[in-house]
Formats: sequence, structure tokens, C-alpha cells
Amino acid sequence: MVPLWMFLVVSAGLFSLGTFGVLSRRNAIAILMGVELMLNAANLNLVAFWRYVNPSEINGQIFAAFVFVVAAAEATVGLALILAIYMKRHTVVAEDVNLLKW
Amino acid sequence: MELNWQTISFLIFAAMTLGSGFMVVTSRNLFHAVLSLMMSLFGVAGLYVLLVAPFLAAVQVLVYIGAIAILMLFAIMLTRHVMGNREILNDQWMGSAVVAGIVFFGLLLVLTPIGDELGGGFDKFGANLPEDATGDVDYVTVDEIGRALVSQDGFVLPFEVTSLLLTAAMIGAIVVAREDEA
Repeated sequence: MVPLWMFLVVSAGLFSLGTFGVLSRRNAIAILMGVELMLNAANLNLVAFWRYVNPSEINGQIFAAFVFVVAAAEATVGLALILAIYMKRHTVVAEDVNLLKW
Repeated sequence: MELNWQTISFLIFAAMTLGSGFMVVTSRNLFHAVLSLMMSLFGVAGLYVLLVAPFLAAVQVLVYIGAIAILMLFAIMLTRHVMGNREILNDQWMGSAVVAGIVFFGLLLVLTPIGDELGGGFDKFGANLPEDATGDVDYVTVDEIGRALVSQDGFVLPFEVTSLLLTAAMIGAIVVAREDEA
């Protein structure tokens, strides 16, 4: 079995890629993909710590399962918002949606 | 760390996850980006299998790849041809790359033995990390997870709250994305 820190490094890399995607992409759907990458990194961390630290308890897996549900809800609402903006303003570029910008 | 099948499959899945993740944030074509996202999520599912969490791996494939990624495909196809010839990255992408790099290398210093070798007390957290998983664990079966989710001394309250959240998200998505009749 590989040591725990290798899993954590994969997770850290995935999180950093997600951060870069969220901060730098123009398209709102691409930003949402970055968020999904970050959520996956967090989930991988949860499962890795469950496996290495306390595998006899079931809590780690349950917690990761709840993260799945929240991620699904987040993606649903996010994509609905993007579609609503597209129908009203014909754009999915995040910086063109400046209705609330002062 | 000897080179057995576990190590090799870990390296394969890790490379798949990170390589496809890089494609997700850099590819011009959003269609390719979402396909790379699927590959990346599949790599994470493989890592779950290596961590002896087969249920989560199955949920990952079903919910993430089967539902969320497909939902994104639909959204991409519904909003196609709006980017035109604009750059895919915004003006602050170099700053974003710096931030992401700082996050990554900071975590690397804290989490890995590299920090220890550089000296300077980075190992406050890393020293307590277990090196190896303790023996073989019993598979946590779907049966056990299901019982824990609905038992009173288990997770029945978060379970119900989650179902409320899903219902709210579904109704909210319908209301937000509905076309106006007026």
C-alpha cells in the first residue's frame, strides 16, 4: 500500500487545478467544472483519511457520500442559473454578467 | 515502497486523474473539457477502489460521470457558439496560476516528507500522518452503509436533511431555468 501522503499529494494537485480553473476560465460552465474538481479533491482526502486513520468506523464513507449529494445539488442549481442567464442575456461568459456590478 | 500491483495502479490512476484534470482547465473546446472531466472522475473512482471503498467508487461513476457530467454536456450543447473567438482564459489567469501554484506547493511542504528534508519545522502536521494502512480492513458493505444511514444512533437526521436539500435544489432549478410565460 502506498503511504498516505501520496494520496494527499494527488488530492492537493486536483484541488490546485480546480482553483486555477475557477479563477481563470471565462465560461461559467468551465468554472463549474473547476468547482467539481475541487469537490472531488476534498472527497478523496476524506476517503483517504478514513482508510488510513480509522478504517473500522463507517463515518468517513458516509461523510463522503453526503458530499456527493451536495455536489449534485450544487451542479443542478448552478447549471440552471447558467441556463437562465443564457436565456436572458445570451452569454455564458462570467465577466459579461455584470448586472450587480457597481 | 515496493513496486507491486497496488503501487502501479495507484500511479496509473493518479496520472489519469491529474492529467485529465489539467486538460479540463486548459482545453479550448468545452466538449473536450467535459470528456476530460469524466476521465478525471473515473481516475478518482479508481483511487476509491484502491482505498477499499467500492461503494463510493460505484456512486462516483453513477452520480458524477453518469449524472453531473452528462448534465454539463447538456448545458454545453444548449449554450454552444457563444464564446466566439474570445480567449478561454480571462485577464487574470497568470495571477490565478500563481495562486494555484502557491496552494499546491504549500500543501506539498506541509504534507510530504519533502518538507521534513528541507528542515524548518514543516513536519508539525506531517509527522503524525500514518505511513501505512493498518492491515487489511473488512469491506464496508452497502448493507452496513444503508443501516448506518437510517438508524437512529447513526445518520438518519443528516440523511433526511439531505433529502430536503435535494428536493429544494430540484424545485429551485426548475423555477430558475423555466422560461417566462409573460
